[in-house]
Amino acid sequence: MYHLKNKTAISAILKLSLKKLWTSFKDLLPIIIVIAFFQAFVLQQPLPDLGEVIFGSILVVIGLMLFVQGLEMGLFPIGEAMARALARKGSLPWLLIFAFLMGFSTTVAEPALIAVSSEAAEIAAAGDLISSSTESMNRYAFGLRLSVAFSVGIAILIGVLRIIRGWPIHYLIIGGYMLVMLMTLFAPKEIIGIAYDAGGVTTSTVTVPLVAALGVGLASIIKGRSPLLDGFGLIAFASLLPMIFVMGYGVVVFK
Amino acid sequence: MNFIIDSGSILLTTVRDILPILVLITFFQLFVLRQPIPHLGRLLIGGVYVVIGLALFLIGLEKALFPVGKLMAAQLSDPTFLGGEDTVLTNWIAYLWVYLFAALIGFSTTIAEPSLLAVALKAGEVSGGVISPWGLRITVAIGVAIGIALGTFRIVTGTPLHIYILAGYIIVVLQTFTTPRKMIALAYDSGGVTTSTVTVPLVAALGLGLSEAVPGRNPALDGFGLIAFASLFPIITVMGYAQVTHWFVSRNIKKRSTGENR
Repeated sequence: MYHLKNKTAISAILKLSLKKLWTSFKDLLPIIIVIAFFQAFVLQQPLPDLGEVIFGSILVVIGLMLFVQGLEMGLFPIGEAMARALARKGSLPWLLIFAFLMGFSTTVAEPALIAVSSEAAEIAAAGDLISSSTESMNRYAFGLRLSVAFSVGIAILIGVLRIIRGWPIHYLIIGGYMLVMLMTLFAPKEIIGIAYDAGGVTTSTVTVPLVAALGVGLASIIKGRSPLLDGFGLIAFASLLPMIFVMGYGVVVFK
Repeated sequence: MNFIIDSGSILLTTVRDILPILVLITFFQLFVLRQPIPHLGRLLIGGVYVVIGLALFLIGLEKALFPVGKLMAAQLSDPTFLGGEDTVLTNWIAYLWVYLFAALIGFSTTIAEPSLLAVALKAGEVSGGVISPWGLRITVAIGVAIGIALGTFRIVTGTPLHIYILAGYIIVVLQTFTTPRKMIALAYDSGGVTTSTVTVPLVAALGLGLSEAVPGRNPALDGFGLIAFASLFPIITVMGYAQVTHWFVSRNIKKRSTGENR
């Protein structure tokens, strides 16, 4: 009897993990289809190191599955509950500190940002902008990530203030655009591309769900705010401010 | 053996990357909210999953996504593929396959993006059914496709990035004043959610590979910027979509009301 129960539990776990694997695989599927189509019909060449690429893709799928699964098990529910509890507590300073730290800490852990910043360090080293020792490359990549994380923290803080005070979003965004253009005039040319990209890179797996929970949670508690209208917009700030801060980082590092 | 050492060091750095979130949660839970952490066991197991998953993802990235992105860029801009030695490699028309590849990667990954699906469903609620989730997803995907294709065109021609972005900003600002207000925040957000964890490294590698392959381009100056395009253009297409549907709906209402008056 016990044996039978154990068996069904195992098969249920197996089924669940297969389902999870399939969901992460689906993220990769369109890329596989497009690349396979180009290799087979346009380039008409086999992909070199196919085994290595397949092995790497499997690691990506399993890694992403575990990563998201881990977030859903612990971090997301607690993060959401805390955002709601803090909003209800009604202490503005703590709420703002929480908003900043949440933006900062989730961005530091963002996989896409880790990947792109190390790539940026290699490019900067190859272009003789920084010295090509591993240490200075690591320092540059880490500095990039810290300035992006810091700016996302500030962005979430401003976004939360906006929800509380009910400021219209578009003036803030337009002001941000102007700042971006102003910084572009001063920033060294080599940082502009990566700075502009930093905006899009920051907001993916870890940041979006937690930040969206914070925004919607806040907007549903404060009177006169609609969760659907005012809950959005945090991500927009989080993709705008990193551009400004990374250009600032470039001014400090390259000059 | 090297593989094991590499994996070990990656594992250690991922622990460091996750640490701030853990500190944040424990600090606020214990000292500000003054409550015990609920489901501590689940949180710990989840944390272990996160660290291992992130490490595996980063290893796989180095082995698969980065090399493939660069390789595709190199193959698609190879002189023999582009049509022998007669082709002028600085002529942007020679790289049509690159633009098509960029657009297809952008479109297909965006359609499959789970966080976009969530936002699209919410947008359907906000607009009271006027904006259909499918319509929005296709609009965003078209925006990303145009964005990345235009971004590769920029890398090939070597024109300055900020001019394109400035033009995009001006369009966004102009649209902001004519788009139904309910849709504005959503449109701004749709730019950020399009670029997923899998797409970003691949697209970044595509841009860097392309800037290495096209003669006269410098990866440090020209290689980046594709993701910036991919997060700007969906804002424009989503606002455009909102404007068009709004216009159709209000025209229908006008028609109906004039019909009733008769």
